[in-house]
Amino acid sequence: MNSKKSDRRRFLKSGATLAGLAAGGRQLANGQTQETPPKKIDELIAYGDRSRFVTSIRVPVAERHSPDEFGLTFHVLTPLQDSFGIITPSSLFYTATHRGAFVPDIDPREHRLMIHGMVDRPLVFTMKELKRLPYVSRIHFVECLGNRARPTHKTVQETHGLTSCAEWTGVSLSLLLKEAGVQNAASWIVAEGAEEVKGASSIPLAKAMDDCIVCYAQNGEPIRPQQGFPLRLMVPGFEGIYQIKYLRRIKVVDRYYMTYDDYGHINPDPKVAALTHQIGPKSVITFPSGGQQLSGPGFYEISGLAWSGAGAITGVQISTDGGASWQDADLRTPAYKMAHTRFGYHWKWDGKERILMSRCTDELGTVQPTRAEIAQYWNEPVDKVRVRGADNSVQPWRIASDGSVHNGLA
Amino acid sequence: MEAFTTGLPRLLVVAAVLWVCQTAWAQSPTYGLGKTPTAKEIRAWDIAISPTGKELPSGQGSAKEGGVLYVRKGCAGCHGTTGSGAHAPTLISRKDFHSAAPVFCLAPCVNDSNTMGVHSPFATTIWDYINRGMPLGKEGSLTPDEVYALTAFLLYKSGIIKEEDVMDAQSLPKVKMPNRDGFALPPEWKHGTPRLQGYP
Repeated sequence: MNSKKSDRRRFLKSGATLAGLAAGGRQLANGQTQETPPKKIDELIAYGDRSRFVTSIRVPVAERHSPDEFGLTFHVLTPLQDSFGIITPSSLFYTATHRGAFVPDIDPREHRLMIHGMVDRPLVFTMKELKRLPYVSRIHFVECLGNRARPTHKTVQETHGLTSCAEWTGVSLSLLLKEAGVQNAASWIVAEGAEEVKGASSIPLAKAMDDCIVCYAQNGEPIRPQQGFPLRLMVPGFEGIYQIKYLRRIKVVDRYYMTYDDYGHINPDPKVAALTHQIGPKSVITFPSGGQQLSGPGFYEISGLAWSGAGAITGVQISTDGGASWQDADLRTPAYKMAHTRFGYHWKWDGKERILMSRCTDELGTVQPTRAEIAQYWNEPVDKVRVRGADNSVQPWRIASDGSVHNGLA
Repeated sequence: MEAFTTGLPRLLVVAAVLWVCQTAWAQSPTYGLGKTPTAKEIRAWDIAISPTGKELPSGQGSAKEGGVLYVRKGCAGCHGTTGSGAHAPTLISRKDFHSAAPVFCLAPCVNDSNTMGVHSPFATTIWDYINRGMPLGKEGSLTPDEVYALTAFLLYKSGIIKEEDVMDAQSLPKVKMPNRDGFALPPEWKHGTPRLQGYP
């Protein structure tokens, strides 16, 4: 524990240095960004950088800045408008923390995973032992329950930037639970992180035994600290708060534990509870999207992402007339279960104002709903509808006749 | 199954199937990796407190003691002397919050309408969270007595217990929270089923 404390201090110190740089050193008086000194060729040979002409970055959610006044990172949005394919680079993967957190600096040699509670054989694993076990690599999205479009949002980064997708590698949670021997009366697990707040969530045992992964790698390298180094639980298709970072403990229990993170999500309506934990079929057009500019009438490839917490995407449809008619888009990547799937659609813009929308269908046949359909379900006027649970409503983008693109909810 | 038309064999088959299902998850280890933690190691790590309170340690505290600690431990510095309106999440709801317009916030969002006192169905959640997550930067430094006292202080200030009530491993899980019945568990999760049947 002592080494961890000193790591924290070191982190806080370097965090202060970074904050000082951001405040003083980076921005010149004329508004231009100061160029960082070029890296030496041997540094770049060892570890590559992106081109200095590629400047896409994450941005904190407007509702609560990161770092906040305590120096905590809360929710940071991925730049979906600049994305290609289905893999989010780890450096641009969205970040969210339980209450706002410091990123812990964990020595993997010291890290342990304990499995205990209603098991026949409590076990503690080192990282080395976990890496000796049979592993799986799968592509899955992660999405935060806070990922909901608002009329005030301008870009797809703001409306949908709390979802990202990566290849995850690790040990099946079911394998570890079988090694420990889950007892018959168990029905839930509590998974807990090692960061200072030790964020914990209750997860149904049926899900834990189904397809969850105890991951040590993301996109072909050890998981990065902001994503949970050295160990993260992947609960495919469930909202982000279940994907416990810095995973240190799994306690097998016989009830919902009502942790702090659990209680933040509870709702008296069973229908809302049903819509809260798993992500529904959802899609969004990333090009053209809010804040972008079409250069004139003619051919464009509409591009976007579709995903579902229930399985694979089987189809995506596009409307260029505000939902009056729908045409099939093409899936441009393999459609993995609980993964972003890239779609494309050939479109010739006639230079007139247009509302673009996408909607997807998943392998259960569930179709992503429009806000009008959701309003009808809850019997509310469409302009006042509150989307309960995880918001998977259709996102409209308005193409103005000058080619500028705007949030269709505004 | 047609062969088993009498009651007894069919029951036996059902029993056998049930037995196989039940023991499927409790099979013997295959890989033999990992070490068995000692009871002491498990106790030291096991900070998740059930609504039944079965993991609560011995110790006790009252609202009066908690009020002193609330200032001395620095809670008031971030959460405000009244427990609301400061930078850190609201701990004690303002009395008139129902008249205010609902404020949007990201989950887990804590404002006047869903402080732990108002919203959590179990007092154990408050104990668990103070113990695991507070004070910021010194997490895990509070003794059980201090956590009981601070929990009692928040419960008293939220109008849930009396000032003289002493919180301990027996009394805390029995506290009747205002939102005790105000939550629905998610439906039993099954692979390959939609979130909510009939939802568009």
